[in-house]
Amino acid sequence: MLPADLASPLWSWNLVADFQQMWSFPFMVNAFRAGTIVAVAAAAVGWFVVMRRQTFAAHTVSAVAFPGAAGAVLLGAGAVYGYFTLCIATALVIAAVRGRGDREESALTGTAQAFLLACGYLFIALYKGLLEGPQTILFGTFLGITDGQVTLLLCVGAAVLAILALIGRPLLFASADPQVATAHGVPVRALSVVFLVLLGAATAEAGQITGTLLVFALMVIPAATAQTLTARPAASLALAVLLGLTATWAGLAAAYYSPYPLGFFVTSFAFAGYVIALGTRALRGLRTPFAVTVPTEEAA
Amino acid sequence: MTTDLLASSPLSQPFFQHALLAGTPIAAACGLVGYFLVLRAQVFTADALSHVAFTGAMAALAFGCDLRLGLLVATVAIALLFGTLGRRARPDDVVIGSVFSWVLGLGAFFVSLYTTSRSTADGTAGVSVLFGSVFGISAGRATAAAWLAAGICLVMLIVARPLLFATVDEATAAARGVPVRLLGYGFLAAAGLSAAEATQAVGSLLLLGLLAAPAGAAIRLTDRPYRALALSAGLAVAETWAGLFASYAVPKMPPSFAIMAAATAVYAVTFLIRRPAATRPRIRTPAPARS
Repeated sequence: MLPADLASPLWSWNLVADFQQMWSFPFMVNAFRAGTIVAVAAAAVGWFVVMRRQTFAAHTVSAVAFPGAAGAVLLGAGAVYGYFTLCIATALVIAAVRGRGDREESALTGTAQAFLLACGYLFIALYKGLLEGPQTILFGTFLGITDGQVTLLLCVGAAVLAILALIGRPLLFASADPQVATAHGVPVRALSVVFLVLLGAATAEAGQITGTLLVFALMVIPAATAQTLTARPAASLALAVLLGLTATWAGLAAAYYSPYPLGFFVTSFAFAGYVIALGTRALRGLRTPFAVTVPTEEAA
Repeated sequence: MTTDLLASSPLSQPFFQHALLAGTPIAAACGLVGYFLVLRAQVFTADALSHVAFTGAMAALAFGCDLRLGLLVATVAIALLFGTLGRRARPDDVVIGSVFSWVLGLGAFFVSLYTTSRSTADGTAGVSVLFGSVFGISAGRATAAAWLAAGICLVMLIVARPLLFATVDEATAAARGVPVRLLGYGFLAAAGLSAAEATQAVGSLLLLGLLAAPAGAAIRLTDRPYRALALSAGLAVAETWAGLFASYAVPKMPPSFAIMAAATAVYAVTFLIRRPAATRPRIRTPAPARS
């Protein structure tokens, strides 16, 4: 194990005792609760993000939580309003240009992200005394999550999952094959907007408690891992949630027993899973050389 | 720019001269690289590289070496890694997202390593990497940055023609004997280098704007590739200057913000000026559009 401070508790390999020790502190219980909710909601939303190849949009929406918070603090309003306003506004801007082609979309998304982050920097510079702010907001902290915040997270998480369950089938259809879906009368564009707003709301809520980095990582990596392992929608969705949960719990435990930050452990565990999944797929491809693999389009 | 009134006083200040000396070639390099990034729809790669730059800088600080070394090594290495992960050196968005969120996690690790292990830790180092400190750049570093950025510009101008061919019609370019893969790798390395350079000017979180906004504006304004390439570089330089002068005039405004604000304003104006011909709403096509 990593050399922890003398004050830090020591990890024994008796899991039951370890979890009893961690959960004897209310803040750790809340951290586990919040982590569980965020992991489940982020994995479910992220599964669609990965399926729709909208990782850039997801990252932008999660990154603008920081200027939202900084701006709200500067204006004297609660940070919560700032988060929601900017995350949802950005989601709407991205939704407005979606469908105009990759170039326009990627340039505009990038500009919007950089400009809003610059605004966040300006707000900090004007406000002063929030110097610790950017890194806390980016990398998150899991200490000091209150019961009220957990309840709020639970409500938002449940709402996100409910809406996702409601629009899940048409959204899956629209994501997998937009042309055929349009022909069948599925409102592809409206679904795209709703999904982005949902993404904005989910990241706004989760980001303020656990940091935008963590939300983005929990959205993309478990879903990417699951879709690497299986092509069946239901199975990979369930797998994504499971992987997200595992990474979060393992990360929380590791962060508790070592002096290093939570974001590092959660992303590392999740990424290790992704690398293993890619390796497994490569091995499977080697073992069955006659299976139909995707042609590399080198015909040109 | 019409900043003659202000120009007399700030130009005599050494810190402002250094900022201009470093900022101008860096902006030009970002404009050139950014044009191809937007044309190849690879802005997300740049976004990832900008966050990688943060991790690189923090790793260098944590291990006590030169910050610029960490920046350059990290961005170029990850850029080349992205190249190997995607087909024909064009990485997939999901792969990029997974890799860079892990790299950002590593960044968080290095930050804590740096702030806990070094008693002389500079608490604002992280902030200045994230948001840049172009007015704090020293003469030596400005000169070095200017030479490197000028080198990137030169390389981009040399490869502009084949790279443009490879970007617009990859299959035909490959058939004509253009080394498409090699160009892809070279271009990613150049993007990594310019990300490392731009981190010193506007910071790792904001350099994306310098890459995306001038190029996006140039592509909206003209369809002719070379004109757009020149316009993108020109706009980037002009916006950087405008930002630097504006920040000098209003000291409360950080230079990085002023540069981003100028870049965003120009890009927003292009939406008012002219709508390109291909604005008809269309559904996402599975294959990259060929123009």
